[in-house]
Amino acid sequence: MTDKLSGYAHPERLVTTEWLADHLDDPQVVVAESDEDVLLYETGHIPGAVKIDWHADLNDPVMRDYVDSERFAEMMASRGITRETTIVFYGDNFNWWAAYALWVSTLFGHPDARLLDGGRQKWIEEGRPLTTEVTKRERSTYPVVPRDDTHIRAFKEDVLAHVKASKPLVDVRSPQEYSGELLHMPDYPQEGAIRGGHVPGARNVPWKKAANDDGTFKTVEELRALYQAELGLDPSDDVIAYCRIGERSSHTWFVLSQLLGFQRVRNYDGSWVEWGNAVRVPIEREAATRAPTTQT
Amino acid sequence: MSGTALPQRLEEIVEEFADLPGDLRLEALLDYSRKVPPLPPELAANRDALEQVHECQTPFFVATELREDGAVELYFDAPPEAPTTRGFAGILYEGLNGSSAEDVLATPETFYTSMGLDQVVSPLRLRGIAAILGRLKRQVRAKVEAAHALMVISPDEGPAAVPAAFLGTKSRAWRPMIMIGP
Repeated sequence: MTDKLSGYAHPERLVTTEWLADHLDDPQVVVAESDEDVLLYETGHIPGAVKIDWHADLNDPVMRDYVDSERFAEMMASRGITRETTIVFYGDNFNWWAAYALWVSTLFGHPDARLLDGGRQKWIEEGRPLTTEVTKRERSTYPVVPRDDTHIRAFKEDVLAHVKASKPLVDVRSPQEYSGELLHMPDYPQEGAIRGGHVPGARNVPWKKAANDDGTFKTVEELRALYQAELGLDPSDDVIAYCRIGERSSHTWFVLSQLLGFQRVRNYDGSWVEWGNAVRVPIEREAATRAPTTQT
Repeated sequence: MSGTALPQRLEEIVEEFADLPGDLRLEALLDYSRKVPPLPPELAANRDALEQVHECQTPFFVATELREDGAVELYFDAPPEAPTTRGFAGILYEGLNGSSAEDVLATPETFYTSMGLDQVVSPLRLRGIAAILGRLKRQVRAKVEAAHALMVISPDEGPAAVPAAFLGTKSRAWRPMIMIGP
């Protein structure tokens, strides 16, 4: 383990590109790519990696919810993953969907799920191999385990209670989305919400501030400075993070809970697409804090 | 073209996708991502004129050219790491390039809904294809109107003439696209 990783609260949740390169043939390890772009895996993936698509594999096709226990077990079994498998998730754009896939697998309590620090970008930038060869893995048996929505997932009612209790909320979207201005841009696709703004009292820390330009996470000292010194959060706080549909806030959930060791962090996956469309929920338009940063 | 009928080639592509089983639709989209021709040299050399949109999504550019015969030429520029967006561009290029301005303008933005792509591409991203078409149509409409307007104030040019000033003006032609994401 590198010095950087050993500083995190749960260093076992991250692997380096070097580690992964050395473990591609390890039968205990299954590499899973989760991308924003549904075709990216097909253009080339880490040798042996399976594809887990956030839309087709993790979300229920009818109801707005995650797959149920049976579907999750089937998805994992079809990729040759067992309950004992070490899953290493990686993906495009700073691992945002990879973090989401890891978060969903945590809802089902998969014991050993990790992120590749730096994701697809770093692997490619280091000149490591990609292949378009179709990965063939023998089907496995994966148990049907209940999904636990109580510990790391928040619903609208939880957020309302958080607002009333003045507990910390982190809005991880861009400053333009936070302020509400993005919904009013002319000529651009509808972003899926009727009202713009943010949950009252939420502080804006764009998710990507936790990452370096090469896609890796910042050091534990830098993350503490950002979330604890600057934002004033404490590891004992009860925190809810949200974005638009919960993928960027999965990234922040990972940072706060796994890298900084916060005890109680929930991801509100309904996020702005639910809140900005819900009737009679409070919305704040002016910034709740100092001027937000310009990062998206 | 009458009613809501699509240009023939685009109609064929829509049917091709609709007839495929779900998992092969993704493969077909990948095929179309490879059908986007590279920018012609004069446009590729003029990248400084491209206006990039600094959003967190893929930068994507589109240009149109109105030929003298009234047909529309389409140009796309999307990075290789955005194959889905390139796939959308490939469908529009194959389906609409060389069509008349009238046919392009008559193509409904909802043309893709019967392709069955919603099973493999998330709804918000899928709307990107409508956004691309909408942007193309806006450009074409502006060029057609500009051509007509100039003909009105320049009667000497004759009714069929399309002013050279509106043919392939690169910096004018480029418009930025924002890809929608999750």
